[in-house]
Amino acid sequence: MDDIVERFLRGDRRALARIISRVESQGAEGRGYLREIFPHSGKTHTIGITGGAGSGKSTLVGALATEYRKRGKTVGIIAVDPSSPFTLGAILGDRIRMQSLTLDDGVYIRSMASRGALGGLAPSINDVVAVMDAFGFDYVLIETVGAGQDEVEIAGTALTTILVNNPGTGDDIQAMKAGIIEIADILVVNKADHPGADALVGQLQALLSLSPPGMRRPPILKTIALKGEGLEAVADAVADHWAYLAESGELERQRAIDARHQVLSVARAILLARIQQAMPGDALDALVLRVADRQIDPHSAAEELANAVSR
Amino acid sequence: MTDSNSRKIRVLIAKPGLDGHDRGAKVVARALRDGGCEVIYTGIRQTPEMIAEAALQEDVDVVGLSILSGAHLELFPRVIEQLKKRGVDDVLLFCGGIIPDEDTKTLEALGFAAIFRPGTNTQDIVKFVYDHVPVHN
Repeated sequence: MDDIVERFLRGDRRALARIISRVESQGAEGRGYLREIFPHSGKTHTIGITGGAGSGKSTLVGALATEYRKRGKTVGIIAVDPSSPFTLGAILGDRIRMQSLTLDDGVYIRSMASRGALGGLAPSINDVVAVMDAFGFDYVLIETVGAGQDEVEIAGTALTTILVNNPGTGDDIQAMKAGIIEIADILVVNKADHPGADALVGQLQALLSLSPPGMRRPPILKTIALKGEGLEAVADAVADHWAYLAESGELERQRAIDARHQVLSVARAILLARIQQAMPGDALDALVLRVADRQIDPHSAAEELANAVSR
Repeated sequence: MTDSNSRKIRVLIAKPGLDGHDRGAKVVARALRDGGCEVIYTGIRQTPEMIAEAALQEDVDVVGLSILSGAHLELFPRVIEQLKKRGVDDVLLFCGGIIPDEDTKTLEALGFAAIFRPGTNTQDIVKFVYDHVPVHN
């Protein structure tokens, strides 16, 4: 076995850090590590935290991790921030809100850039979560980029999803819309000391009361993450959700769905790479130019491209 | 656009000590971002231990320290010591801020590959990082 993997399995944080980098760059070396490490994963409770930019996700993640430390649990944190669509550079600033945890050896914080992925996470997020899981943290908290209405990928990555809402961000029609609100297992109204917090709780309650019968209704919890208020209730709600998952058989079902999703998404990436290999850059340029000039439609061009693989 | 799967240069920009003037650190962070780096910014008032631990956890290739308080000869050696203690010995180090010329040799001996003083063109910093970043496979 590779020396670094051995060190990783013994709990060496530098080995963890290095392996995450290699897995994140999605090369053969990272895939090799993942092959050895993956069987050790599957024990952690993964918790996704999503919500709008500036809703207090990072602060909430820090406060929730602090609550878990009080309970004697270890925590891995993955905080995703957006990459530039032009330079692919990024400013990763989530650690600023979690400074008190930096020197706690029961906490490991890793910032990730979204590297062009849509959906609020990063291309290699599931692999990095598996690495953190295998390292043996009791909880892995995954913070998405500031999400709008439709960034629902987190539900396929984490077993429990917390949606962070704020007062003053829209009327009840915003809350009625489909999308991100449907994936929440726990709804948090953060900045609950701001005006309008109770009204927002009321709107969310009204919305949930319209859910079809038999559907699990997520609890609505008020927090002031900056002051660390309301976090015991959030940690308790996470535990309740875990108990629900385990007792209802939903845990097994969810894991199977997530595994299917992950396999298919990697397969899609492999096929896309093969398609791009099958058609040399010049030919691809010429093909897309024909679409830009309206000589052929995008669907016919894509079919031509896909057919190049089988030839 | 570049290939999103290739390795990215990861840089930690940190401010040790008690001065709260982080405009320079933010300008450098932004320039490196625009240069295509992934920049972890930890905020002001970091202890040497916090900086070294963040460098370890984030597995950065480069650490840039910004200081305006005059305490660089006090704090920078302690950052280096904390990095070494954690086995983080393969990062490119640079620093910037109000640093007198006469301290250059001392800082170079500590392992700082460059010192960027006020008036530096940010493009020179980006170029420095790309030219000197260690390549480990």
